[in-house]
Amino acid sequence: MFLVLPYRPMKMPRFLDSAARRFMHLALSFLTCLLGLLAFTTSVAHAQFRVDVSGVGLTQVPIAFSPFRGEEAAPQRIASIVQADLERSGMFRALAAGQALDETSRPDMSAMRQRGADALLTGSVTRLADGRFDVRFRLWDVVKGQDLGGASYAVVSADLRLASHRIADFVYETLTGDKGVFSTRIAYVTKVGGRYNLWIADSDGENAQAALTSPEPIISPSWSPTGSQLAYVSFESRKPVVYVHDVSVGKRRVVANFRGSNSAPAWSPDGKFLAVTLSRDGGSQIYVIPSAGGEPRRLTQSSSIDTEPAFAPDGSGIYFVSDRGGSPQIYRTPVMGGPVQRITYQGSYNISPSISPDGRWMAYIARNGGQYKLHLMDLQSDKIQPVTETSADERPSFAPNSRLIVYATQLQGREALMTTTLDGKITARLAGQAGDIREPHWGPFFKP
Amino acid sequence: MNRLLIVIGLLLALAGCASNVKLDEVPVEDKAGTAAAQAPAASSSVATIQAGSIPGVDPGPTGVSKVIYFDYDSFVIKADSQTLIEAHARYLRADKNRRISIEGHADERGGREYNLALGQKRSEAVRKALGLLGVPDGQLEAVSFGKEKPADAGHDEAAWAKNRRAEIAYR
Repeated sequence: MFLVLPYRPMKMPRFLDSAARRFMHLALSFLTCLLGLLAFTTSVAHAQFRVDVSGVGLTQVPIAFSPFRGEEAAPQRIASIVQADLERSGMFRALAAGQALDETSRPDMSAMRQRGADALLTGSVTRLADGRFDVRFRLWDVVKGQDLGGASYAVVSADLRLASHRIADFVYETLTGDKGVFSTRIAYVTKVGGRYNLWIADSDGENAQAALTSPEPIISPSWSPTGSQLAYVSFESRKPVVYVHDVSVGKRRVVANFRGSNSAPAWSPDGKFLAVTLSRDGGSQIYVIPSAGGEPRRLTQSSSIDTEPAFAPDGSGIYFVSDRGGSPQIYRTPVMGGPVQRITYQGSYNISPSISPDGRWMAYIARNGGQYKLHLMDLQSDKIQPVTETSADERPSFAPNSRLIVYATQLQGREALMTTTLDGKITARLAGQAGDIREPHWGPFFKP
Repeated sequence: MNRLLIVIGLLLALAGCASNVKLDEVPVEDKAGTAAAQAPAASSSVATIQAGSIPGVDPGPTGVSKVIYFDYDSFVIKADSQTLIEAHARYLRADKNRRISIEGHADERGGREYNLALGQKRSEAVRKALGLLGVPDGQLEAVSFGKEKPADAGHDEAAWAKNRRAEIAYR
């Protein structure tokens, strides 16, 4: 478990109001001056993943790192994990601090400024008597020579990466004002030979742990709002059946195993219900079923295909795909029944809707000239934009801060997972397993 | 593993007994899986479940294909599949205890869930055709594998044509 022990008066999110905002302003205007003139494309290659940044006027905060004191004796390289997280977001540029520092140091700010850093992260990791590790950090505003706060986490060895991601979240939130998603998790499925695995990995794709391994396909994993359970479709009984799986204890239950096919689980925002597609009454239709199990209530009434339900974040409506108009399009129905509204009109194939947690955007897949591309619709203006350069995109889902989308696609003939910013300017291929990687779903914010 | 198969077998047998009752109407507690790990010490740890699979039992009518092919974006059973469907109908009518699962499939283009629904339309078409030939509905279950189980792993029209199909699986 996590212990968050502020060892100094912590200014956690509140100091954003003044110091950090001003700092950001300064940093951004400086960078915009520097970079705004040229259209640039850089790529930072790493052993595990590749980040591509492209676009005009993108600003990156230069941040200096020194290895956390004591991390060479710990099982994880804390500073490297934090650095990789921040770089992958596209918002930061990493520099070496060039000196040994920890969270108690008073760094020489002029030396950091000479290196071109606007911010500096320092810290330490110490093995405790009970075998856990005490991870501490401090973030500095180099420009103003100001302490931006820190924290300490006492964690077991298996949670050192999680602690690192939480530090990255702190830095991201402090310097950008947006909530970080580095400590969240992503579920996905791999197919290697005839073996299917459902994995739960850190948001960087690393540290994957298998929740389910099966000789039959697994599709459509979907995180519960609390992040403790996954609903998914498993074909292990030679038909699609919907399970809800408690990931930390490895117990699961069948929630939909009716006659015919059972698929496409989607959680209601309060976690009490799942929308599912059932064919028990002939034809694929959408039902709402208590997530603890129980009798389903039929939501759609059509003689067409109705599938891929996705709750609106306020729980009032369900987006879904239907071919009732002759081709698959996205519709919205009120949860309590009522008139169905058509959402997509362009093209003849629009599927897999995913609504951003802030309710502003709908990500979906549109077919255009035989290419399947991730698209984004602004739900206020109905404006549509394609997001990706890839052409076999599938199953988008939003990060809980609504700033990133993870989706499946094909890269060099293999199924792979990518993350992208909503404008498509910063993309990263997720690290992961050998073989084909598919069916991603981004989990909710980590709750300590 | 043995115990797992027995549990699955029992579940199947239970489902098979009730010819006019819909299969598995009530969600059942899942027992076909074993948790590999104890309660976790770390908040980020995950315990693994290993799923088994179930073999078919009845070989079905001898010398009769169990695969029905469909055209692109079509759910209509073609004339050349009619004799095949009739042979299965005769076999099923001959013994009320015979049971099949009709497994619909789609080619790889497009989303997984939407393809699952397309495969379902194909299996439903076969189920209806068998029903018209006098096979009681209780002997039939139409399910779909979508694009998950291609018969041909290729990525061209020849492969796709082999993958747009419904397969009859005797239980």
